[in-house]
Amino acid sequence: MLPGWLIVGASFAYLLLLFAVAYFGDRRADAGRSVIDNPWVFSLSLAVYCTAWTYFGSVGRAASGGPWFLPTYLGPTLGLTLAWLVVLKMIRIARSYRVTSIADFVASRYGKSHLLGGLVTLIAVVGIVPYIALQLKAISSGYALLVGEHDTLFRIESQAGWWQDGTLYIALALAAFTVLFGTRHLDTTERHEGMVAAIAFESVVKLLAFLAVGIYVTYWLYDGFGDLYARASAVPELQRLLAFDGAGRLGYGGWFAHVLLAMLSIIFLPRQFQIAVVENVNEQHLRRATWVFPAYLLAINIFVIPVAIGGLLHFGSGTVDPDTFVLTLPLAHGQNALALLVFIGGLSAATGMVIVEAIALSTMVCNDLVMPMLLRSRRLDLARERDLTGLLLGIRRGAIVVLLLLGYLYFRLAGEAYALVSIGLISFAAVAQFAPVVIGGMYWRGGTREGALAGLLAGFAVWVYTLLLPSFAKSGWLDPGFLEHGVLGLGWLKPEQLFGLTGLDNISHALFWSLLANIGCYVGVSMLRVPTGPEATQGALFVDVFRRGDAPPASFWRTGAEAGELVPLVARFLGQRRTEEAFGAYARSHGLQQVSELKADPELVHFAETLLAGAIGSASARVMVSTVVQAEPLGLGEVMDILDEASQVRAYSHKLEEKSRALEAATAELRAANEQLKELDRLKDDFMSSVTHELRTPLTSIRALSEMMLDDPDIDVEDRQRFLGIIVSETVRLSRLVNQVLDMAKIESGHAEWHNTDIDLCELVRHSGDATLQLFRDRGAELHLHLPESVPTLRADHDRLLQVMLNLLSNAAKFVPTGSGRVDVTLSCDGERFRVAVKDNGPGIEPAQQPVVFEKFRQGGDERSRPQGTGLGLPISRQIVEHFGGRLWLESVPGEGATFSFELPLKSAAGEG
Amino acid sequence: MRKGLAGQRLVAVFIAGLVLLNYPILSLFDRPQTVFGLPLLHVYLFSVWLALILVVAWIAEHGAR
Amino acid sequence: MDKKVLIADDEQNIVISLEFLMKREGYQVEVANDGEEAVRRIRASRPDLVLLDVMMPKKSGFEVCQEIRSDPEMAGVRILMLTAKGRDTEVAKGLALGADAYMTKPFSTRELVDKVRNLLEQ
Repeated sequence: MLPGWLIVGASFAYLLLLFAVAYFGDRRADAGRSVIDNPWVFSLSLAVYCTAWTYFGSVGRAASGGPWFLPTYLGPTLGLTLAWLVVLKMIRIARSYRVTSIADFVASRYGKSHLLGGLVTLIAVVGIVPYIALQLKAISSGYALLVGEHDTLFRIESQAGWWQDGTLYIALALAAFTVLFGTRHLDTTERHEGMVAAIAFESVVKLLAFLAVGIYVTYWLYDGFGDLYARASAVPELQRLLAFDGAGRLGYGGWFAHVLLAMLSIIFLPRQFQIAVVENVNEQHLRRATWVFPAYLLAINIFVIPVAIGGLLHFGSGTVDPDTFVLTLPLAHGQNALALLVFIGGLSAATGMVIVEAIALSTMVCNDLVMPMLLRSRRLDLARERDLTGLLLGIRRGAIVVLLLLGYLYFRLAGEAYALVSIGLISFAAVAQFAPVVIGGMYWRGGTREGALAGLLAGFAVWVYTLLLPSFAKSGWLDPGFLEHGVLGLGWLKPEQLFGLTGLDNISHALFWSLLANIGCYVGVSMLRVPTGPEATQGALFVDVFRRGDAPPASFWRTGAEAGELVPLVARFLGQRRTEEAFGAYARSHGLQQVSELKADPELVHFAETLLAGAIGSASARVMVSTVVQAEPLGLGEVMDILDEASQVRAYSHKLEEKSRALEAATAELRAANEQLKELDRLKDDFMSSVTHELRTPLTSIRALSEMMLDDPDIDVEDRQRFLGIIVSETVRLSRLVNQVLDMAKIESGHAEWHNTDIDLCELVRHSGDATLQLFRDRGAELHLHLPESVPTLRADHDRLLQVMLNLLSNAAKFVPTGSGRVDVTLSCDGERFRVAVKDNGPGIEPAQQPVVFEKFRQGGDERSRPQGTGLGLPISRQIVEHFGGRLWLESVPGEGATFSFELPLKSAAGEG
Repeated sequence: MRKGLAGQRLVAVFIAGLVLLNYPILSLFDRPQTVFGLPLLHVYLFSVWLALILVVAWIAEHGAR
Repeated sequence: MDKKVLIADDEQNIVISLEFLMKREGYQVEVANDGEEAVRRIRASRPDLVLLDVMMPKKSGFEVCQEIRSDPEMAGVRILMLTAKGRDTEVAKGLALGADAYMTKPFSTRELVDKVRNLLEQ
C-alpha cells in the first residue's frame, strides 16, 4: 500500500503537467505555430476513445469472455478504413457550415431545427453522464486499492463521506481544467488546441503505463505468451477463454453486433466527433489516422489476455475483481511504484475522456438546449443585451461544472450497481442512434425534420426500454418483475426478448431493435412528404459539399439588412474584437478597406449567420439573424428554382470548362504552327538574301570590267584578254548557280525528275574519277580508287549519283594541299547497303563547323583560297542520297583530313519508282 | 491521393476485414489448435488485425506520393 | 601627292576590277583579302580611303569599320562600304557604324569613281 498523500500528490502533479502541456499548446496556437497541426498528434488524440473502461475493463472482459473484448477495438479499425470517405465529408461539412457538435450537425442538416438539436443533446447527455461517472469510479477505486482500503480479496471496504472523498476533488479539478482550456474564449470554429495537445499527451501516458504492466506480468511474473497460454490450457476453467464461445456468449450475431456498435461509436460518441471532426485542423491528418489509430488500439490490447490469464492464475477465478488486475497484480507482488504508474495511466485515460466529453456536451447543452430556451424566453430580451459573450461563456462553464457534478452524483448513487459497471456498451448503443440521421443526412437528400425526429425518438425509446430500464432493474432500482414477465404481464414486451426474440445478448438485441425502429421511422416518415425549402437547401449543401468547393452557398436571405445592424449583432455573441477581425478579413477579401463599406447583400448575411452558428449553433444563429433581417420566406417552388438553377449553372460551367480546354489546345496548336511558319519564313528570307548575294557578286565583276572596257577603248590587249576571261568564268559561275538553285528548289519541292536505271556503282565511281582527273593533276594531287571486283546493281538515277560523286571529289580536290594531295575513294557493299567513302588529306574541318557544311551557302575551308563553289553542292548531294533512302555524313579530325561518306540501301522505294 | 482509386481500395479492405473477422470465416479458426504454443483463434484475430492495419497504412501513405 | 586607297574584298575578280579602276584614276592601291588583314593594313599604311566589302572572312566589314572609327588616330580615314546584300537595314547599319558612304554591288564604275573622288576632296 501507498500513503494517500503520495497518490494525491502524484495525481495533482500529473494534472499540473497536463495544464502545462495544454497551456503550451494554446500559446503555440496563439503564436501561429500549432503543435496539433500534425498527423501523429491528431491520431494520438483520437485515442481518447480508450477510456478507463478500456484501461481497466478490457482485462475484466477478457477474464470472463476471452476474445470478446476485441470487437470494441476491431470495430474502430474497420470503421476507420472508411474514414477517408465518410469522416472526410463530415469534416468538410463541419468546416463549411461551422458545425461545432453532433447535435448542431443534425439540427443544421434538417432545416436548422431547435427541436432536433435539443433531442440529440438530450440523448447524448443521458447516454454519456453515466459514462463520466464510470471514469470517476475508476479513479476512485484505483485510489482506494492503492491506499489499502480493501480486504484480502481487494474488495474496497469503506467509502468516505462526501467531503472527504478525493473523487469529488478530482471531478472539480477536471471541471476547472475543462473550463480553462475548453472555454477560454468563444471561437467560431470551437477549436481547443491546448486541450487537444493535452489529450494526445495523455494517450501516450496511458499506452506506456499499460504496456509497462503488460510486460511486467507477461515477462516478469511469467515466462512470456507461450508460458501463460500453456498454463491456462492446463486449467479447465481457463480453457474456455481460449475459444470463441467458451464464455457462453451468444454466437456470431452478437460478435457482429459488437463490431458494428464499436464502428459507429468511433465517430458518433460526442468526444470522438469533437476530436475527429471539430478539432481537426487539417483534413490530410485523417489519412495517417486511418492506420495509426488502429495500430495504437492493437498496441494497447496486446497484453490484455496475458494480464487476464496472469491474474486468474494468481488469484484464482471468482475471487478478485478482474477489472482491477492491472493494479492488484503489481500490488500483490509489492511493486508499488509500478502500481502508481498504472494508476496514473488509468487517471490519464479517465481524465482524457471526461475533459473532451464535457467540452463536447457543454457546447451542445449551451447551443442546442439553453440558447434556444433563452431566445424564446420573453423575460430576457436578448435583442437588447449589448454583449452576450460573457453570458455564453458562463453557460458553457456552468454546463461543464454541472455535467461533472452530475457524473459524480451518479457515481455516488450507483456505487457498484450494474447500471454503472455495464454502462460502456450501453452508452455506445445510445450514440449509435445518431448514425442513421447523420449518415443518411450526408448521402440522402430526402430526409426531413419529422423523419429525423421520429427516427431519433423511436431509437431512443427502444434503447431506454431494452437497455436502460433493464440495467436499472438489475441494479435493484426498479422492480425486476417486468424483465421476467414483460410490462403488464405481456410476454412479448419482455425488454430483453422483445417480440420473443431470443438468441442474442442484451446489447445486440437492443441494437437490432433500436436501429430497426430508428431507420424505419427515419426513412418511413421522411418519405411521407417532400422536403421543405430549408430542408432541401441544407440537404443539398450537405450532400454536395465536395462539389461546392469554397464557393459560398446560394443564400436564401432575399432582402438585405443593414450592415450596420449585422456587425453589432455578431459582436454581442463573439465579442467586439473578434467580430471586427472577422468582418475586416471579409471586407478585405472583397477588396474593401473598411467594414463600413460592406453592403448587406445576401452573401454578407450568410457570412454573419455562419459566424454566429459557430458560437451559438446554426438554429439559434438563424433566429438571431432573422431579428435584424426581414427575410421574406421562400416558398418551396422558389427554392427548387434556385436549386435547379444551381445545378444548371454547374452543368453549364462544366461544359464551358471542356470547351475552354479544347480551345486552349487548339490555340496551342495554332501557335506552334505559326512558330513553324515564322521559322520557315525566316529561312526563306535567309535563303533569298544568300542567293541575292551570290548572284550579285559575279555580276559586280562582270559589270565593272565591262564598263571599264566600254569607257576606255585604249586598254591594252593583254588586260582586255584577262578581263574577258574573268567575265566568261563569272558568267559560267552565274549559270551554274542559277542551275543549282533551280535544282535544289526542284528536289526540295519534290518536282525533280528521277531517271532510274540499273547502275553499276564501280563503273560510276570510275567514271567520276576520270572526269575529275584533270582537276587533280592541276593541283598535283593523286586520286586512288579502291573498288571491289563487282557489286550488285543498284536501281537509281545515274546522273544524280554522278553529280554527288563529282561534288565530293571536286570538294576534296579543292582542299588537299597543293603538290602533296592524296584522295582515296573506297566502295564497299555488305549485302544490304553500299558505302562510298571519299577521304582527303586536307586540313580537316573543326567539329563546330562540321554540321554547318551541309547548310546552304555555307562553305568550309580556308577563306583566303575560298573555293570556287556555290555553297549548294553538299546540300544538294545530301538531298539526292536521302532521296534514295541513304545518308551522307562527314568524319573529320582537324589536321588529319576529312572523309565524306554516303550509304545507299540495295533496294529503296525511290529506286523502284 | 488519387481519391478514386484509394477510396475503392479502402472500401475493398473494409469489406475484406468485415468478412475475415466475422462468421463464417471466423468460425473456421475456432478450434483447439495452437500455433507456436498460442491458441489458433487468438493468433488469427491479431494477425488479421495487424494485416488490415498494414494494408490501410500502405494505401494511405503510398497514395500520398 | 597621290592619294592612297585600300581595297578590302575577298572576291579576287572584284579586287582585280577595283584595283584597275583605282589605278586608272591615279591612286596608289593596296589590297587586303579579309577583315583582319584590312585592319592591319589600315593601321600600318593609313590609307586615305578604304573600299570595304561587308561579307568578308575572319572579320566582317561592319567590325572593321567599328574598329577603325573607335580609334581617334585614324579619324582621317574615309570608308566607303560595298555590299552585295542590298537591304536597307544593312545600309543603315553601315552608316550608323561610321561609314562615310555606302554602295551596293553591282555598282556603276562611274558612280563609284565619282564617290571616291568626292570623298577624297572633302
